[in-house]
Amino acid sequence: MKVLVPVKRVADYNVKIRLKADGSSVDLANVKMSMNPFDEIAVEEAVRLKEKGTVSEIVAVSIGVPQAQETLRTALAMGADRAILVTAGTDVHQDMEPLGVAKILAALVESERPDLVIAGKQAIDNDMNATGQMLAGLLGWGQATFASNLEIGDGQAVVTREVDGGLQTVSVKLPAVVTADLRLNEPRYASLPNIMKAKKKPLEEKSVSDFGLDLSPRLSVSKVAEPAGRQAGIKVASVEELIEKLKTEAGVI
Amino acid sequence: MSVLLIAEVTEGALARDATAKAVSAVLDLGAVTVLVAGAGVDAAAADAAKIAGVTKVLVADDPSLAHGLAEPMAALIRDVAGDYTHFVAPGTADAKNVLPRLAAMLDVMVISDVMAVLAADTFARPVYAGNAVQTVTSSDAVKVLTVRTASFQPAADGDAAPIETVSVGADPGLSAWIEDRVTESDRPTLTSAKIVVSGGRGVGSEENFALIAALADALGAAVGASRAAVDSGFAPNDWQVGQTGKVVAPELYIAIGISGAIQHLAGMKDSKVIVAINKDEEAPIFDVADYGLVADLFDAVPRFTDAAS
Ligand SMILES: Cc1cc2nc3c(=O)[nH]c(=O)nc-3n(C[C@H](O)[C@H](O)[C@H](O)COP(=O)(O)OP(=O)(O)OC[C@H]3O[C@@H](n4cnc5c(N)ncnc54)[C@H](O)[C@@H]3O)c2cc1C
Ligand SMILES: Nc1ncnc2c1ncn2[C@@H]1O[C@H](COP(=O)(O)O)[C@@H](O)[C@H]1O
Repeated sequence: MKVLVPVKRVADYNVKIRLKADGSSVDLANVKMSMNPFDEIAVEEAVRLKEKGTVSEIVAVSIGVPQAQETLRTALAMGADRAILVTAGTDVHQDMEPLGVAKILAALVESERPDLVIAGKQAIDNDMNATGQMLAGLLGWGQATFASNLEIGDGQAVVTREVDGGLQTVSVKLPAVVTADLRLNEPRYASLPNIMKAKKKPLEEKSVSDFGLDLSPRLSVSKVAEPAGRQAGIKVASVEELIEKLKTEAGVI
Repeated sequence: MSVLLIAEVTEGALARDATAKAVSAVLDLGAVTVLVAGAGVDAAAADAAKIAGVTKVLVADDPSLAHGLAEPMAALIRDVAGDYTHFVAPGTADAKNVLPRLAAMLDVMVISDVMAVLAADTFARPVYAGNAVQTVTSSDAVKVLTVRTASFQPAADGDAAPIETVSVGADPGLSAWIEDRVTESDRPTLTSAKIVVSGGRGVGSEENFALIAALADALGAAVGASRAAVDSGFAPNDWQVGQTGKVVAPELYIAIGISGAIQHLAGMKDSKVIVAINKDEEAPIFDVADYGLVADLFDAVPRFTDAAS
């Protein structure tokens, strides 16, 4: 079976982000960019399914600036077979909304006909946690989000999901959309030989305009601000002093 | 304007705290109708009807809705959509599963984790693990939002609103529930507790987490954990606090053996008072802590517990 894995290029999770002086957005100039961590987990899961013989082909897709090519090369080095880059513009500060991304992915699903889409649970830049669910809704497919375990069976996937009360296991008919949570697996690092090999794997380039879709954004961002700050408080010397402060000064115990 | 608010229902019971926080978030947006969906949810509907500000309750009672699966839930909400201008739910795992799907079916964008409703079409929400807050205005005809419950106080009790039953369409049959593995506990719920005691990688093992739990019990607190503690198997996944775990804002948050990575801070830095116990005086958690204690947790925590019990 065939798996499609959407991967997003985002500011590396270790970067301490800064805002632009005019408060219009986060400043991404000269910021280290990486594959969204949840998408690494999604790619890893697809590669493991291929290693088990369940999956025959993995197609990685990224929508964004031309530099997202690097993200796709990483996916190829991890074990994806081919990649599709859909360029949406050249300004790194322009971020396509999950609805637009889902519409492009839905169009690619029509042409690629995968049996499974494994996306990340959430992009760590916009923190929307929406694209996989939206894609499933547009396609009328079943969905299993926040996966911490995935087993492919006969025409279905059995997925354990991380939910508020603990874990929930569901089965979902294929084709379906699964979104990867943190504990689905531990992604591998691409080895140097695999990074070299990835350079020769096919990477097809498309443009959002090829799709003839109305992708005009529905949300406009008028301001990006620092969250309410927090001052460091005091150090206490002992447990006794801590309890005393919590009782009398803070009044919380 | 009018709001359809999807109640959080867990095993047939209303999660009142989460639902009532979402109600207070949207009180300025018009009449609030609450949809209570599940199997055997009469009592949950009656409870929802008593939340102040709720003008009507719709009950959808059907076995297909028993486990909150996204496909029948989203189909149900679309079927009752009518003239509502806003579709809202507390930002729980269930709602984050369902509402984006619903939004796509309605061809609108979802607005996740709303921290403030600034106008009927304008909302504040965190991005980059809460390191920035964006103000977004939606041009969609209807708005679909999830509410960051830690940003709101629960609505009080009020007069009982009328309850109506709605019919439930056929289950799309795309997915099926197999089992829930729920952590049973007498402790307060993490997202509504007044005090949260959290442990990190520094706690070292699942056995040692009993130290964290003992302090929590002495204080009547909920127990939380960092991702590293969960990944290492010291604590169950539903204890994780952070960017991709639960967001909490208790009166008192005690972080023990937690370094204070931004992804963890995203889930707790709105707490009223923060205490950090860490043996590394350089740990970034001390930058947000009101009271920091540089100490070995294996020495400090048992003494704290003794003094508190
Ligand atoms: C996409 C993504 C999402 C993430 N989401 C989350 C999330 O939701 N929540 C979350 O928590 N993290 C999240 N993380 C992980 C986060 O980046 C950190 O790795 C994690 O929070 C570290 O956990 P920790 O502080 O317990 O461990 P460490 O960083 O290893 O810190 C352990 C601390 O314990 C202290 N310590 C050790 N022994 C003792 C002792 N005997 N006494 C006292 N102190 C001691 C050490 O000094 C140290 O400060 C996420 C990461 C990514 C990439
Ligand atoms: N621009 C994009 N290109 C490729 N995949 C994306 C893009 N945006 C989102 N995704 C996928 O959707 C997931 C959830 O993103 P989000 O809904 O934005 O939080 C990500 O983890 C990716 O798998």
